[in-house]
Amino acid sequence: MSVAQAEPRGARAPGWWGMALFILAELTLFGTALASYLFLRFRAPTWPPPGVEQPDLVLGGIATVLLVGSSIPMFFAERGIQRGSVVRMRICIALSIVLALGFLSIQGYEYASTSFSWRTDAYGSLFFTILSLHGLHVIGGILIVAWLEIRSFAGHFNGEHHAAVQAGALYWHFIDLVWLAIFIVLYLSPRI
Amino acid sequence: MATATEERLEEIWGEEPGPVSWFTTGDHKRIGKRYIVTALIFFFLGGVEAALMRWQLAQPGATHLTPEQYDELFSMHGTTMIFLFITPLFTGLANYLVPLMIGTRDMAFPRLNAFSYWIFLGAGIFLYAGFVVGAAPNGGWFAYPPLTGPIFDPGINMDIWSLGLIFLSISTTAGAINLIVTILKLRAPGMSLARMPLYVWAMFVTAWMMVLAMPPLTYANVLLQLDRNLGTHFFDPTAGGDPLLWQHLFWLFGHPDVYIIFLPAVGIVSTVIPTFARRPIVGYPYVALATVLTGIIAFGVWVHHMFATGLPQLGLTFFAAASMIITIPSGVQVFAWLATIIRGRRPVFTTPFLFAVGFIVVFVIGGVTGVMFASVPFDQGVTDSYFIVAHFHYVLFGGAVFPLFAGLHYWFPKITGRTYSETLGRWSFWLIFVGFNLTFFPMHIMGLLGMPRRIYTYSPDLGVDGLNLLSTIGAAIVFVGAVLVAINATKSLVSGSRASANPWGAATLEWATTSPPPHYGFASIPIVNGRDPLWEQPQLGSDLTLTDGREILGTTITDAEPEDPLPMPGGSVLPLVTALGFAAVFVSLLLGSVPAALLSTLITVALIGAWTWDLGGVPG
Repeated sequence: MSVAQAEPRGARAPGWWGMALFILAELTLFGTALASYLFLRFRAPTWPPPGVEQPDLVLGGIATVLLVGSSIPMFFAERGIQRGSVVRMRICIALSIVLALGFLSIQGYEYASTSFSWRTDAYGSLFFTILSLHGLHVIGGILIVAWLEIRSFAGHFNGEHHAAVQAGALYWHFIDLVWLAIFIVLYLSPRI
Repeated sequence: MATATEERLEEIWGEEPGPVSWFTTGDHKRIGKRYIVTALIFFFLGGVEAALMRWQLAQPGATHLTPEQYDELFSMHGTTMIFLFITPLFTGLANYLVPLMIGTRDMAFPRLNAFSYWIFLGAGIFLYAGFVVGAAPNGGWFAYPPLTGPIFDPGINMDIWSLGLIFLSISTTAGAINLIVTILKLRAPGMSLARMPLYVWAMFVTAWMMVLAMPPLTYANVLLQLDRNLGTHFFDPTAGGDPLLWQHLFWLFGHPDVYIIFLPAVGIVSTVIPTFARRPIVGYPYVALATVLTGIIAFGVWVHHMFATGLPQLGLTFFAAASMIITIPSGVQVFAWLATIIRGRRPVFTTPFLFAVGFIVVFVIGGVTGVMFASVPFDQGVTDSYFIVAHFHYVLFGGAVFPLFAGLHYWFPKITGRTYSETLGRWSFWLIFVGFNLTFFPMHIMGLLGMPRRIYTYSPDLGVDGLNLLSTIGAAIVFVGAVLVAINATKSLVSGSRASANPWGAATLEWATTSPPPHYGFASIPIVNGRDPLWEQPQLGSDLTLTDGREILGTTITDAEPEDPLPMPGGSVLPLVTALGFAAVFVSLLLGSVPAALLSTLITVALIGAWTWDLGGVPG
């Protein structure tokens, strides 16, 4: 069934709107998560609680550069397919995936090396729940764009028809941007 | 009879009746009907739960039910009515009506639409499985920790509840996104935002509210699950958590949800009243604006559910003010309806019109007690008493179920192609109206006399015996009225006379096509010049027939200027199978099996992949 040829053009296809609204719901989810963090934080006399070390700024900083940086190749992947180059799209998406995997590795190292857990206290619960929630989204994002790579070999996309690539790229940028907010709240705000 | 165009469209859009298309259909009309029937079954179950509670409360000191059974019944009654009956029913009605009202052939994403229904059905069965395994949810419909935490409610009762609601939120969110994109992109040429029917406006705002209100509920339930099963401390004050966090998150969803329930209802009333007053609604822009304003202010009033929790006075004052302000847009709508009735020709007192007017009466009573709660000291005095129960039944049963019955009668001829019996309809209205007031009005007095809610019995010393008996008798009358509606519907389906395309002489586009509409909705896409197309335009048809393939017309989001035709996917079994995958994930989580959860997650992800692959580039 080659319905692929009939895909509507333009950034404002229904699929794009659907993805934008899904992202809006997800933004609300992360907003709620960060608001919950701040709610409990401002009720606590000290933050983090006594005996719990601050999250590692250097590691967190490197992770941030990797993940936010992965939006740049994703931007060029989208531009590539808009100009009809499936190859450029494939290379750029692969680069983004590599950067995101680097981000996940640092997160995994942090999970393993932190002296507290989600069972320790509410601080630990918040820290690990928000990081895990975001980490799962990064994995989801990788799966989405990897699937776009595979679909590109079946000829699903060309310079005219690539709304799914645009939707996937939009989701990718959302995951990166939301990380910036998480970094500010979880890594920077306790130091104020 | 059928023209060549109609034959061609039937060829493209038609479905073989039978078991295969039953599982694969993406037709918004079939899915809408399914939603409606399923939600009505849950309405019946929630009604039975209410009846059992009224039986127990008919006399003081009764022992028909144990306290534990009573806890399960009121928890499931609230959960059912809010989550499994009224919201899905309005979603289903919108599913059926919105594409017809905006003059298109289907929802923007037909497969996502089928998926939303299957998830709703799965989550409903999931929540009711508690009764089967003897562990129904028992912590009330707003599930406050620490009562619902791991220490005081250790069984799987509340795990079923919180996992079930997370499961259901997938359906609600997907359905809402589908509705928004449908309304934004698929309106008939000429139907600018300023010409959209008020029902479509109401559903548009409701869908936005769903998208924004479900995540706090979902997140709160995730935290509750983690606290219960993985040893986190979100709601545990001994380790830096706070039970108030739950209340904030829950009501950040919960109060908008009140309007998610109420706005579709006012959309119905704003549709029914002009039809029977036989004139356009008075103050269309104000009613549309009031709908939007209600949707926005609804996100700023949640703390009025928490006036008795010891929050700072200044904060309470802000939320008290917001709670009073939100009555203004509701007031604007009430006056618009009254003015429409007064300025119209002599109204036709049909069943839908009676239910709409009955709604205005009981809603104003519920609105008045609502304003009383906005005053903090009064609220602190009556909180957790039957006064609250009386108030929210006036606004939920009165404010949503009355309009719902108005809508179900109003669109019955369109959906089924049969007319219902007006005599039976009027009987059911009066039984429900009288029974409703008899059930819930005495609860105001019981509450002021000090009867607390959610307690399985009461002492004869409280002096509320007679009021309780009255309330139980009222509930029985409501039940008879509701059964009469069911009898009327069944009888009319079998032997009602055939309905014409527009039996009420209504103005909106769904009445331009036959009753029931064909699979393709309209033979030609209507071109709209005003707010009441069927009253203003005797010739609605156009030469836009889109007979090249399974296509619908995309239009611009504000002015509805025609764009390109959009290809639509046909039926598929993938939405059902993917929904089953999600069901497996949630059952695994309930059983606490990590391998099963991982495996079912992988399968579900693969199914979503297959779904997008199958679509190629078509949205769906």
